[in-house]
Amino acid sequence: MTLYPVFDWLELSWIGTVIRESTWLFPVVEAGHLLGLAALGGAVLVVDLRLLGFGFKSRSARYVLDQARPWGVGAIVLMFATGVPLFLSEAVKCYFSSAFWLKMAALALALSFTFLVRDRRLRSGRVVSPGLARALAAVSLALWSTVAAAGRWIGFS
Amino acid sequence: MSLLPFCEWLAATPWSIALHESLYLYPLVETTHVLSLMLFVGSAAVVDVRLLGLAFRDLPVSEVTGRILPWTLAGFAVAVVTGALLFYAIPVRTYLSIFFRIKLFALAAAGLNAFLFHRYWAADGRTWDLAPRPPRRARWAGGVSLCAWAIVIVMGRMIAYDWFDCDAQPQSAFVNWAAGCVVPGP
Repeated sequence: MTLYPVFDWLELSWIGTVIRESTWLFPVVEAGHLLGLAALGGAVLVVDLRLLGFGFKSRSARYVLDQARPWGVGAIVLMFATGVPLFLSEAVKCYFSSAFWLKMAALALALSFTFLVRDRRLRSGRVVSPGLARALAAVSLALWSTVAAAGRWIGFS
Repeated sequence: MSLLPFCEWLAATPWSIALHESLYLYPLVETTHVLSLMLFVGSAAVVDVRLLGLAFRDLPVSEVTGRILPWTLAGFAVAVVTGALLFYAIPVRTYLSIFFRIKLFALAAAGLNAFLFHRYWAADGRTWDLAPRPPRRARWAGGVSLCAWAIVIVMGRMIAYDWFDCDAQPQSAFVNWAAGCVVPGP
């Protein structure tokens, strides 16, 4: 059992076909994807910098998270809204790209870690020790950087 | 005055050719350039949304700029170094790219906006440092900054596409003029 037929079918979907056959659509959607990356970078960084002790020290990490979260969620929505059509336009290439699978794995981990571990812990109201704060930030930064780097690498294969 | 002869000389240097033809180094530099955008534009955007009064409204503007701008500058430094290497690897085509030229103008606009804001308008920051919604010119500075960086990102991405390349003639007279194409006369 292989997923190849599914990817082949996805590539032939009308969204994938429309993007693939257009000269402008892929670059334009891709540019939107990059703008989302910048916004997501800011939203992730401002919280992780606070956890590392470099951010807004006069406020709690919880405050910084509450301020940054709507922007981070908005950026993730933009990333999916642009990323899924990009994927559909070249699903078969992605199927054979190890960078794509690395990105998907890192993305699943990054989303789970951000929402289920980091944010949940910061919003729980329990005390976060400096060591734990730094660990949360380091894992978050490492996972999201991997997502971004692997994503760029899809284009090189 | 044209920088084309200089770019042609650059393109002929051994290291430029080596970087251009490298299997992993060029993609690595390119990836670092893209990642620096998360740090650089992402952190600049944090300052901009504060200036627009859209987030961190109860945090002093001076604390936001003081804490965040060093990271913006660090990200900018990485972006400039990797960007210069990318230019060095493909000098002639990049120099003659209309997208690259628009990107440089947007960069200059963003830089001028930031310089003017910090040099003149932020000087009276004490009067509105705590304002949830800063005065109009500060909001303008934030908005112009966001737009300029967005143009820089979009144009940067578009450099990869060859629709307006000089060797893809015929192009409109405007494209040939703006991209600096050397087109043989009729």
